[in-house]
Amino acid sequence: MRVMAQMGMVMNLDKCIGCQTCSVTCKQAWTNRAGTEYVWFNNVETRPGQGYPRRYEDQEQWHGGWELNKRGRLQLKTGGRLKRLLSIFASPVQPELKDYYEPWTYDYATLVEAPLGDDFPVARPKSLITGEDTKVTWSANWDDNLGGTSELGHLDPIVAKIRQESEDKIKFEFEQTFMFYLPRICEHCLNPSCMASCPSGAIYKRSEDGIVLVDQDRCRGWRQCITGCPYKKIYFNHKSGKAEKCTFCYPRIEVGIPTVCAETCVGRLRYLGLFLYDADAVTAAASVPDEKDLYEAQMDLLLDPEDPQVIAAAREQGIPEDWLDAARRSPVYALAKKYRVALPLHPEYRTMPMVWYVPPLSPIVDLLSEQGHDAEDRDVLFGAIEALRIPIEYLAELFSAGDTEVIDGVLRKLAAMRSYMRGINLGREPDESIPASVGLSGETMYEMYRLMAIAKYDERY
Amino acid sequence: MTDTSRTGLDGAGSDALLRAGRFFTRWEETDDGRAVFREGGRAGDVFYRDRWSHDKVVRSTHGVNCTGSCSWKVYVKDGIITWESQETDYPSVGPDRPEYEPRGCPRGAAFSWYTYSPTRVRYPYARGVLVEMFREARDRLGDPVEAWAEIVGDPVKRRTYQQARGKGGLVRVSWRDAIDMVAAAHVHTIKTHGPDRCTGFSPIPAMSMVSHAAGNRFIQLIGGVMTSFYDWYADLPVASPQVFGDQTDVPESGDWWDATYLMMWGSNVPVTRTPDAHWMAEVRYRGTKVVTVSPDYADNTKFADEWMPAQAGTDAALAMAMGHVLLKEFFVDRRTPFFVDYVQKYTDLPFLIRLEEHDGADSGGGLVPGKFLTATDLGGATPEDAWKTVLLDGTTGEAVVPNGSMGFRYAESGKGKWNLDLEGVAPALTLAGDASEPVEVLLPAFVDADGSGTVLRRGVPARRVGGHLVTTVFDLMLAQYGVGRDGLPGEWPTGYDDASTPYTPAWQAERTSVPAEQCIRIAREFARNSEESGGRSMIIMGAGICQWFHGDATYRAILSLLILTGAMGRNGGGWAHYVGQEKCRPITGWISLANALDWSRPPRTMTGTSFWYMHTGQWRTDGYSADSLNSPLARGHLSGKHTADVIAESARKGWMPFYPQFDRSSLDVGAEAAAADDPAQYVKDALADGRLKPAIADVDAPESWPRTLVLWRSNLFGSSAKGNEYFLRNLLGTHSNVLGSENPAAPRPSEVAWHDEAPEGKLDLLVSADFRMTSTTLLSDVVLPAATWYEKHDLSSTDMHPFVHAFSPAIDPPWEARTDFETFHAIAQRLSELSKKHLGTRQDLVSVPLQHDTPGETPRDPYDTTPVFQVVERDYTAIADKLASVGPLADTLGFTVKNVTYRLEEQVAALARSNGVMSSGAGAGRPSIATDQHLAEAILRFSGTSNGALAVQGFRTLEERVGKQLHDLAEGSEEKRISFADTQAAPVPVITSPEWSGSETGGRRYAPFTVNIERLKPFHTLTGRMHFYLDHDWMTDVGEALPTYRPPLDMQRLFGEPALGSDGQLQITVRYLTPHSKWSIHSEYQDNLFMLSLSRGGPTVWMSPQDAGAIDVHDNDWVEATNANGVLVARAIVSHRMPQGVVYVHHAQERTIDVPKSEATGRRGGIHNSVTRLLVKPTHLIGGYAQLSYTFNYLGPTGNQRDMVSTIRKRSQEVTY
Repeated sequence: MRVMAQMGMVMNLDKCIGCQTCSVTCKQAWTNRAGTEYVWFNNVETRPGQGYPRRYEDQEQWHGGWELNKRGRLQLKTGGRLKRLLSIFASPVQPELKDYYEPWTYDYATLVEAPLGDDFPVARPKSLITGEDTKVTWSANWDDNLGGTSELGHLDPIVAKIRQESEDKIKFEFEQTFMFYLPRICEHCLNPSCMASCPSGAIYKRSEDGIVLVDQDRCRGWRQCITGCPYKKIYFNHKSGKAEKCTFCYPRIEVGIPTVCAETCVGRLRYLGLFLYDADAVTAAASVPDEKDLYEAQMDLLLDPEDPQVIAAAREQGIPEDWLDAARRSPVYALAKKYRVALPLHPEYRTMPMVWYVPPLSPIVDLLSEQGHDAEDRDVLFGAIEALRIPIEYLAELFSAGDTEVIDGVLRKLAAMRSYMRGINLGREPDESIPASVGLSGETMYEMYRLMAIAKYDERY
Repeated sequence: MTDTSRTGLDGAGSDALLRAGRFFTRWEETDDGRAVFREGGRAGDVFYRDRWSHDKVVRSTHGVNCTGSCSWKVYVKDGIITWESQETDYPSVGPDRPEYEPRGCPRGAAFSWYTYSPTRVRYPYARGVLVEMFREARDRLGDPVEAWAEIVGDPVKRRTYQQARGKGGLVRVSWRDAIDMVAAAHVHTIKTHGPDRCTGFSPIPAMSMVSHAAGNRFIQLIGGVMTSFYDWYADLPVASPQVFGDQTDVPESGDWWDATYLMMWGSNVPVTRTPDAHWMAEVRYRGTKVVTVSPDYADNTKFADEWMPAQAGTDAALAMAMGHVLLKEFFVDRRTPFFVDYVQKYTDLPFLIRLEEHDGADSGGGLVPGKFLTATDLGGATPEDAWKTVLLDGTTGEAVVPNGSMGFRYAESGKGKWNLDLEGVAPALTLAGDASEPVEVLLPAFVDADGSGTVLRRGVPARRVGGHLVTTVFDLMLAQYGVGRDGLPGEWPTGYDDASTPYTPAWQAERTSVPAEQCIRIAREFARNSEESGGRSMIIMGAGICQWFHGDATYRAILSLLILTGAMGRNGGGWAHYVGQEKCRPITGWISLANALDWSRPPRTMTGTSFWYMHTGQWRTDGYSADSLNSPLARGHLSGKHTADVIAESARKGWMPFYPQFDRSSLDVGAEAAAADDPAQYVKDALADGRLKPAIADVDAPESWPRTLVLWRSNLFGSSAKGNEYFLRNLLGTHSNVLGSENPAAPRPSEVAWHDEAPEGKLDLLVSADFRMTSTTLLSDVVLPAATWYEKHDLSSTDMHPFVHAFSPAIDPPWEARTDFETFHAIAQRLSELSKKHLGTRQDLVSVPLQHDTPGETPRDPYDTTPVFQVVERDYTAIADKLASVGPLADTLGFTVKNVTYRLEEQVAALARSNGVMSSGAGAGRPSIATDQHLAEAILRFSGTSNGALAVQGFRTLEERVGKQLHDLAEGSEEKRISFADTQAAPVPVITSPEWSGSETGGRRYAPFTVNIERLKPFHTLTGRMHFYLDHDWMTDVGEALPTYRPPLDMQRLFGEPALGSDGQLQITVRYLTPHSKWSIHSEYQDNLFMLSLSRGGPTVWMSPQDAGAIDVHDNDWVEATNANGVLVARAIVSHRMPQGVVYVHHAQERTIDVPKSEATGRRGGIHNSVTRLLVKPTHLIGGYAQLSYTFNYLGPTGNQRDMVSTIRKRSQEVTY
């Protein structure tokens, strides 16, 4: 066992309002400069939707992440290392500007400077790449709030996949409307495929906290990492000719300040904390044959910070005491492992991502409303998990390699928490059968409630 | 399980090969070469460390137009603002609640972009053609005022620069020239036309009180007119004055946490209350059910347990049906004690209403409910008896005049009795019983989509009291809602499933599309929750229901649900109206100093909607008369009247203000009146005999035009100007996109003269101060470069949180930018200098309406009233001195808010010590407010919420009238005083004060009306209780005495717009709604590159796939929206979240960014409000009648815009600019 520490993040999608404050504060701080106009280390996409860059989840097209080869060994989707070494000068498969978007600005100065004419001056859009007049046809967040989704939503790779089973599963019709938001940063994976893709060894994982960085001095602009990352969270700076990515705000983290995206999240849905994991077991965990086992395999990597053996092994590795203490108080560990409500994004990419998500609850469908249930029945007040608006299959494709049982388990916990707390809130005797029905004690459920709902600053970070 | 010995990468061959290469590498890897770990030697990190470094972090916030009032950290490096992120240091709200940190949104996060953006206004600019004329004339004449007089006196010159408005040609000028021109224009206007032709507009003071007050104070000192914003924005829910006698008072967002049932009705919280939305998400984890009512799948629906997709504008039908269920099941089938106790104490339900014979031919005769029975009806002889309402003691059956009604509020006899103590009386809610007789009453209803009325015949129990046939408001409510009881005559619904009778669940389903079962279930849940939780059912209400023509009726129907269930005045319960509120928590200091009440009173304040409706000529194209709104039972008070007549009548009676006042200068009238024995009587006589005429009587005559307009902190022409194209054409005199023409067949007013030729170009001067180029700056004659929110000192508060906090300069205003404070002082300085020659000291006759919260709201005959006329002396040479110092009236008269006067002698003296005093001039010896920080200090010093001594003093004063203990609410805070420095250090929680209706005492969350409910302090209404019934003649005539449903206006019937739907051509007529955008705060940020990059990069129209398909439109196609008012050109966003028949053109999309020429007119497409117009509801003009009385931003006609329809066409995709 080789214990290492890893900074992780949990985002509770059930609280995300899709406001994009995180995107803006991140961009202002990090990528508001020449060469990175189109770059959003943090972006928030509406789902269903194509995401940014478009259809990044379609690995048949983009070849990101890992797969198991015929021998059952982990191999980059772009092929074995030998093959990649030999084809290093070939242009890598990677999104083009049109897949992100062509950044633009406006001829603002004309508003001030226009000479006397016969009509209002207006600022026309100009491409930031060519400087020419342009027509805006795609942006960093084009399909926000289902804009254009009735026409383009079928291009969402998850929609396409689910519809292969049945066209009826997802319809873009008014009565069936559903949506949620997916904020994304670099996953700072335990098994980063970007790092493995880099021919220059410029990408590294910091040993003390697992933050994955591109060494700006060493990067040679091969762009293999952009292909290698299945989340498309490495970007090419077209001015410097180097790769850039989310740094987990290490200059802040090092002095005890949360990442910009986390601290500025007005939904208060981001949690930061330490995981302890067994670095020696990563490759094995990432190599389990059945994709649906990857979630459990990833969970197994996370070590219990209260376990004396783990603590001893961590000390041996030189992990300081205050870090061990932080690992014990880690909200991300609690949400991922203790309460098991936070899930990894696309575990099937086999990168062991370290940004975790609590899947969103969603309103009950109208069908249930029309049946005129009796509101006195507490179980009905919040509707049934089976009847949620967001198809559970959709969430499963994102967070559990298609395993709907995992999603169902999380949503049941959230629903149970609401029922349990309603009783307490109204001064009734706490109904301990509710937490028991989802395998939690009342005390644990109350703890979970405090962490998810009250979520004080010191408890989030 | 995987065999770990076999796991690894690729295969053995490549492992070996690659391992060989690693000899030469220096980093540490996993054994399988999968991962690289590295410690030390991280030179490559330096770039990001450098990027993060900064020199200082400054606390500031964003001003004006947002209710967020979020505290921000502004980062500065090398004297340059780099970016911002949120402060997280709000004082804790307690261990068991989420905190306010971090407040903010993407728009605020993108603000610093403006600092150095190419759209920044860096220097003063002026319209080139005007500047040339001005400089030439000034050089020649040697006097800027005479130069201005010559230019505006020459019709050709005047039209030349007016017609150049909005068409470029701005040239850079010096501050000196800019100020010279502005000051000269004001002096000339005051001298020639009178000061009430000088207008100012700057909205929402709470989020930058100092910047607002500086200009407002200047305008008031010169005798100018400030136009309102809250009613003008249609953010004012007129139902609030009607029901509560309060402008609006709402819970802080932290109180959502106390709710156990939370509805969001027409309020898209994640978009419009972004920093607060987390409470809504979090309270669900506490077991609170969340329900949304919205015509589209709005952002907040993502969080809802249930979505009630009521069709746009039909919300009141749903609310009435929910009320039907509630009244039937919780008051009739079962008397719910919690609800019954509440409505007996706190509502007008037990009060008696006189039933009168209706003589109308249409109705065929019958009884109709009339006015409240008063003590006068029972033989009372004092004037105040007319304002004392009556109920029956449920035990004895005797008539009782309980404490607390308006008759107790001002009269000497009411001292100590203005309270809600029923003194042992248990009021009878219903007269049903032995002593009553069942009678049939006629009630109006508006069930047809064209808005016309019908008559319902329903029974109530009645009896005679003091010779009058009466029933209770409660009995009328049951009749109105169609809740039958045995033994009553009339026609009643057969059950919930009776779809043909209002207001059953089945009836509403046909109008709203909300299933009847869902309506019934939600109504029950809502009420049961309230019963079980002690009133913790909350409804967040928003612009989606407020900004309709009949938004007040909708609000009353929804408020009824809250009041009937005992939820108002509770933590976690009641209404939460969040539409452009502007809660200046330190209100007394701000409002008094802004209005310069320390130097002269009264100020001239004007209802924005009627001002713009008249002065932009929109009344001339109004296609209907007030009759169209009448109930079939109307008794003719509005019959035959054009809306302009109603405005004129309301002004003539002193119900609502109108400026300019007279056909002559108010200075000339002032001089004459001052010479008379009784100045007010002199004016009344002159008006009576025709020597003097109201300006509105010939509003289009040049002597009635407003002449100057100063805009700061506002973008009138790019944002709030409903009927924008009429503003351009008639007020400004430049080109417009008005597509309709005046209909010769439309009714003409009788009180307002008609000119066949509509005047174009009324304004001589339009000035705006801004930091970015907007539609308004493009139209302005003079554009002044304003400091941004990160470049000045100011104060911010909101009703969303309980804190006051500061703006601070992160940098000095760059280039030639100045703060609004400095700008107005510069104008005042120059105006004072020029006045030595041109104005001197003058007597100004000021005309103001009867005011709410003053004895004026209880006139002897409320239907025969006049304005209040007063002479005010103005020394125009001393304006700058007075602007910079606190005047003597602060000490001698104190400052009064809501009829509580705060005595300030000690506070003025203390302020003089801290701020210092002026050494010379008119303000010599008076406390200085000569800097923005001084003014901030004074605002805080003079307000109870920020000065505990005043809070306690105010409560003690109020106790004398109420006769109940109140001062303990602030006791212990006497020593607490929030200084400006405190607010700069961190947000500071305010002190409980009689300025507001709720209490923070003991660290509780603020919820409105908790003091009324818990301390028996009356509401500021006729009965002193919350009102279901409004008995003013005009309310009765429009059929809105009781809560009711009124459909959206039928624009085909009223304005001849096409019928809704497709006409078979490639065009479709739809409802044109303007909800608030995710990418802007009003017009601000809609031009911000970050917001544009995250959205569609320009103006958009959201539409359903069905409507788009009908006109062959695909996502991102260019479309045009037209109607008689104008044209909008935008790109379509096609989405299935939109319902059919409705488009969303998000509010405040301007014409500055990517707007091509329109096909309809060949000219630049308009703003979102180019396709709207003003529609004035006559009942909003009622005044001088208890709670239905004027106060600035408290009551006035709303500038509603939601009833619009527009025709959408696909246009050529090859656009030109």
